[in-house]
Amino acid sequence: MDIHEYQAREIFRRAGIPVPPGEVASTSAEVRQIADGLGGAVVVKAQVHAGGRGKAGGVKLAKSPAEAGSHAAEILGMRIKGLTVERVLVTPAEDIVSEAYLGVLIDRANHAPLFIASRAGGIDIEEVARKTPEKVRRLHVDPRYGLLPHQAYWIADFLYDDPSHIQQGARIVGQLWRAFREAGASMAEINPLIVTPRGEVKAIDAKVSIDDNELFRKPDIAKYRDTSSEPAAERQAREAGLSYVKLDGDVGCCVNGAGLAMATMDLVHHYGAEPANFLDIGGSSNPDKVVTALQIITSDPSVKVILFNIFGGITRCDDVANGIVEATRRIQIDIPIVIRLTGTNEQLALRILEDAGFTAYTSMDEVVKEAVGLTRAA
Amino acid sequence: MSILIDERTRLAVQGITGRDGSFHATQMMEYGTRVVAGVVPGKGGTTFAGPRDQRVPIFNSMDEAVRESGANTSVVYVPPAFAAQAIMEAADAGVGLVVAITEGVPVLDMARVHAFMRDKGVRLVGPNCPGLISPGKCKVGILPGQIVAPGPVGVISRSGTLTYEAVYHLTNAQLGQTTCVGIGGDPLVGTSFVDCLEAFSNDPETRAIVIIGEIGGTDEQEAARFVKEHIEVPVVGFVAGQTAPPGRRMGHAGAIISGGSGTAAEKIRAFEDAGIAVARRPAEIAQMIGSALRH
Repeated sequence: MDIHEYQAREIFRRAGIPVPPGEVASTSAEVRQIADGLGGAVVVKAQVHAGGRGKAGGVKLAKSPAEAGSHAAEILGMRIKGLTVERVLVTPAEDIVSEAYLGVLIDRANHAPLFIASRAGGIDIEEVARKTPEKVRRLHVDPRYGLLPHQAYWIADFLYDDPSHIQQGARIVGQLWRAFREAGASMAEINPLIVTPRGEVKAIDAKVSIDDNELFRKPDIAKYRDTSSEPAAERQAREAGLSYVKLDGDVGCCVNGAGLAMATMDLVHHYGAEPANFLDIGGSSNPDKVVTALQIITSDPSVKVILFNIFGGITRCDDVANGIVEATRRIQIDIPIVIRLTGTNEQLALRILEDAGFTAYTSMDEVVKEAVGLTRAA
Repeated sequence: MSILIDERTRLAVQGITGRDGSFHATQMMEYGTRVVAGVVPGKGGTTFAGPRDQRVPIFNSMDEAVRESGANTSVVYVPPAFAAQAIMEAADAGVGLVVAITEGVPVLDMARVHAFMRDKGVRLVGPNCPGLISPGKCKVGILPGQIVAPGPVGVISRSGTLTYEAVYHLTNAQLGQTTCVGIGGDPLVGTSFVDCLEAFSNDPETRAIVIIGEIGGTDEQEAARFVKEHIEVPVVGFVAGQTAPPGRRMGHAGAIISGGSGTAAEKIRAFEDAGIAVARRPAEIAQMIGSALRH
């Protein structure tokens, strides 16, 4: 789960990381008031779940409260990568002597959290790591012991020359580890970590992603979910326990299992059309789930045909067929539905579907070709 | 032969009284798996009623289960909040293989578990996986027993139903399997493609291998390197998620293209560079294995 910068700052602050003051606002009048209270120049930052906010014009420096207000008026309501900006963060503009990068994420290949640090801050760390690996220090944290003090120092010592900066930096490395662990993060990043003219090391940006599997035991973090930035269909799917991702094509896909769902999307593309979505309905034959899935798929107006691809393993095909027939009786669907079922009891399932007036298939290639053809006819 | 599980497997089912645990314990017993113990804290001394009047003793702890029943393998069906401790408990009790079916285990829990398992020298398959099946001998997990058949093909996959799809085609084409392993869809899994490839390379009866990968991570790229250097039998690969958008999780916690890396295209390229025949459609997998074995 992605969270906003202002929420990530709260997590950082709770872990002790020095973060400049700042407040969130949703109107330009509020922004002016906050800027007035902070005094001096401020930065107005769009709060959306998208990278590249600066380039998109979503981060602006203001020398006065009036200017902050007018920047906010521009940024609020702006669309960045398809997301509407509904809130901005207002923080004091900091004078910067140097910028560094500090982040921690899960390294899949090594089964361990990985710290990444670089003196080159404020930039794309993946590019720095690729082009100039010598400018990056990496440290795997052994999950049995956690981050050890000398390891935090080793990272800070790479970032700074001045002993006071190293000391402050080492403390922040430890605090970032604590923030990462306590929030159940999959990634936590300070970019940039700055040194001010007064010699203070501070985090002037905060980015945290949460491991979805942690949410059940972190109610305070789960509250950070911003449903306004989540498409309605994705929200409905999540609440129904279905896994759905909207895509740009016109073949609505309803599949059991994530791998088979991806393979179905790929096959739609292979035969010349594009999938409208990823949707995994899971292993159940429950008609309620099928109804919800059909509602979600048909809420997308670009869908021209609905394609079911079900492999009946433990769940028997005839059960799934009955579930589909029952669901389509309960709700009105105005576009063609094509169904492929294979596996346990497939012949029985085909009869159930044909008796209910559906065209049913056992071959994945055949049904996808049929669905692709129907998008052209529609 | 087969890898990881066979007729010598003596299985303990952790969470045998839960909805999934009880259903699949019955299915495994019907398939012929020797389920010798159930483990549910607080229910020790009772029994689980399996098919054909078979009764399985239930123990409070894995330690007791291993001592009393001689279990050498365990399968975990407990909820995500307790899965990590159940896996470590099984490793401590002395089994050689733990298969974790549970989906939704926090990644930081799993990082600790993997370190623990390495220290103990115990193999973990999963979590968030369908388990394994050695056709005609043993099944551990949730794979449907009726779609497999004994034969010469080793199958490894990160997915569930997509594996069933591929295996079903293989079986229908008279291409049976030595063992099918679902390694799981999480970002951190205990057994990698490379671990399975290594095991298959030591199994003389495995005469061809299918690798079913998907977007996210670099397990396929590492598998490609291993195949190039160590595998002599024909290998057919498939990668799901060519049309998946970057930055979005596609159902499985580990199926995500992040920072432009983990794409299907780069995995397919790695397979091809290693001489692995790449199927473009799931139905091609069995055709390609069939023609490789005829040569």
